[in-house]
Amino acid sequence: MSERTIKVDYLARVEGEGAMYVKIKDNKLEDVKLKIFEPPRFFEAFLRGRDFREAPDITARICGICPIAYELGASCAMEDACGVTVGGQLRELRRLIYCGEWIESHILHMAMLHAPDFLGYQDAIRMAKDHPGVVRDALRLKKIGNDIMVILGGREIHPINLCVGGFYKVPKKREVRALMPDLEWGREATISLIKLIKTFPMPDFKQDYEFVAMRHPKEYAIIEGRLVSNKGMDIPIRDYDKTLVESQVPHSTALHTRVVGRDTCHVGPLARYSLNFDQLTPLCRQTAREAGLGPACFNPFQSILVRGIEVLYSFEEAIRIVGQYEEPDAPRVEVNPRAATGYGCTEAPRGICYHRYTIDEGGVIRDVKIVSPTAVNQPTIERDLRRFVEPNLGMTDEKLQWHCEQAIRNYDPCISCSCHFLKLTVDRS
Amino acid sequence: MSVATKPKLAVYKFASCDGCQLSLLDCEDELLAVAGEVEIANFPEASRAVAPGPYDVSLVEGSITTAHDAERIQQVRKESRVVVTIGACATAGGIQALRNFKDVREFISLVYARPEYIQTLATSTAIADHIPVDFELRGCPINKYQLIELISALLRGRKPNIPKHSVCMECKFRGTVCMTVARGTMCLGPVTQAGCGAICPSFDRGCYGCFGPKETPNTSSLSAWLKDNGDKRPDELVRAFRGFNAWADAFRKESEAHE
Repeated sequence: MSERTIKVDYLARVEGEGAMYVKIKDNKLEDVKLKIFEPPRFFEAFLRGRDFREAPDITARICGICPIAYELGASCAMEDACGVTVGGQLRELRRLIYCGEWIESHILHMAMLHAPDFLGYQDAIRMAKDHPGVVRDALRLKKIGNDIMVILGGREIHPINLCVGGFYKVPKKREVRALMPDLEWGREATISLIKLIKTFPMPDFKQDYEFVAMRHPKEYAIIEGRLVSNKGMDIPIRDYDKTLVESQVPHSTALHTRVVGRDTCHVGPLARYSLNFDQLTPLCRQTAREAGLGPACFNPFQSILVRGIEVLYSFEEAIRIVGQYEEPDAPRVEVNPRAATGYGCTEAPRGICYHRYTIDEGGVIRDVKIVSPTAVNQPTIERDLRRFVEPNLGMTDEKLQWHCEQAIRNYDPCISCSCHFLKLTVDRS
Repeated sequence: MSVATKPKLAVYKFASCDGCQLSLLDCEDELLAVAGEVEIANFPEASRAVAPGPYDVSLVEGSITTAHDAERIQQVRKESRVVVTIGACATAGGIQALRNFKDVREFISLVYARPEYIQTLATSTAIADHIPVDFELRGCPINKYQLIELISALLRGRKPNIPKHSVCMECKFRGTVCMTVARGTMCLGPVTQAGCGAICPSFDRGCYGCFGPKETPNTSSLSAWLKDNGDKRPDELVRAFRGFNAWADAFRKESEAHE
C-alpha cells in the first residue's frame, strides 16, 4: 500500500495566507483541500456602530490589491439604502478609477505572479533576466493603472478621495487629459503582451462551470448591473442572499458559497468574458479571436489571456472616458441617511464583491454582510484541483505540485480578502 | 557587489490586507534596481523560491491575532538581523485592533456560524509588543518612497531619513490652506506623523490619522479645539481616534477620554 502526500504549507504568488493539501492512496485521489489560515479580522463585526460614511475607508482595508472594489461596493450600497443615484461624470470617474484597478491588479497577476508558471520560473525577477523587455513593459503597464488611481484617488493603495455620493474633490480636466499618451501606449503594449501569452503552453482543461457575473444593458458591467449566469440566474443585487448561500467548513476561515439548488459557481474574468463577450469593444473581440479565444472560455488556465483582454478593454474604456471628460459642477451628490437596508455589488478584478448594510435613521451601521470573490471561488478551485490531479497521478510529486499551484493561481486568489479566508499538501497513501 | 555577498531580504505577513508588502511591487520604476542590490530570499507573495535564513533585513506586515502567529514572530526575530515593521497593522495593531475594545467572542459569533472552528486571540497587537523591533514604517498603507529610502539607508549603513514631524508641516510645504482653521473640518493632521505627503487635505478632506500619532502629540488640545470651534460631538471624537491606529497609545487614550 502506498501513500503520497503533496503539500504546500504556504502558497506562493498569491495574496494572503493559504495552503494546499492533496492525499493519494493506492494511486487513487483521496482528498483535496485548499486551506485558508489567514487570520480572521472581523470587519462585519466592528463596522457595527460606525457611521455609514466611514464604510468605504474601513472596508478598503479588507484588501490592499483591490481597495476600489470595497470603497465603491460600500458606497453604492449606502447610496442604495439612502435612495440616491450617482450619475453623469461622477459615474464615469468611478468607472475610470475601476479601470485603473483592473489594469494594476490584472497586470500584477499576469506578468508577476502567473506568467512565471507558464515559463518555468520561480518568480518574475528571475524571469526578467531572460525576458527583460517583457517585464519592463509589464511594470510600465501596471504603473499606468496605478497613475489613474493616484490622479483620481490620491494614492495607489487605499485611495482617499472616494466617498458615499462620489468624491471629495474631482480632478481637473487637464490632469485627466494628461493620462492620454500613456493610455494609448498601454493599449498597444497590451496587444503585444497578449500575442506573447498566446505562445505559452496551455493545458487542455475545459470544465463545466456556472459562471456568475454582473450584466448591464449598455456596457461591460463593472460598477452596476444584474447578477446573471449561464445556467439561468438573472436577479437584482438585492436578491443575492436568496440565491447564493454561504456555509462554514473546518479547514477554512473563509466561508464557502453555493448557488441555491445547484452547485458551486465561478466568478471573475472568465465569467465576465463569457457572459458579456458581446459588450466588449470590436478591438477586444478581434484581439481575443486572434489569441485563439472563442466567445466563451471554460479553460481556467486561459484566464491569463482573458485578463489580457480585460486589460485591453480597460485601456479602451479609459481612453473613452478621458476623451469626453468635463469637470462636474459638484464633487459629490449629497446623501442623507434614513433607516434602510442597501445593497451594492461591483466587479472586483477577481469577480463580484457583494455588500449589504442596514443603517438607522442617524446613519449608524447596524448590520453588515460582505462577500469577497475568492470566498465564492474557493470550492470551485478545490473541484478544479480534484479534476486536474485525477488524470495526472503519474506525474512526479514535484511536477504535480507545481501544476496544482498553477491551477490555484488561475483564479488569482486573494486570500486576504476571502477571510471571513491558502497551504498544498499532497498525501499519497 | 558580488552575488554571494548581497544582503538577504525577507518579507513576512501576519493579520493584514497585503497592501504594505504590495507597496514593494508597486515600486515599478525601482523594483528591478532593488532586486539588483538585495537577494529577495523569502517573499512568498512574489516568489516560490525560499532561501534559508538568517536574513539581513526582514520586513514584517500585519498584527498578532492568533497564538500561532505569536509563536511565529519569535522565529522571525531569531532569523533576522534587522526587523522592520511596515504599516499600521504591524506598528499599532491595525483596524482589526478595534476588537480590543470589545468582546471578541461576540465578534466571532457575528461572523461565523461555527465559532468552535475559529482560533483567535482576544486582541490584535503590534509586533513590538512581542519582539524587539529595529525600525518602523508608519502608514495605512506605507509610503513606497519611504520604503525605498529605508532599504537604501540599511544597505549603506546610514540612518534612514524618515521625518517625525506632523502632517501639518507637509500641508505647509505643499501650500495647502488649513481646513480646520478655515472651515472647522475634523482633521487629525496636528497629531499625526508625516509621511503620506498630506494627501487628504489636498483633496479637500481632513486627515484621518493613518500614519498614527506623531512624537508627543497634544491630542487633548486638538479635541478641545474641535469641540469648541468645530462643533464636534464626543462620539465623533471617539470614532476619529478609533481608526487604523486605534490601539496606538496616544490615540487609544484620547478615544477613551471621550467615551
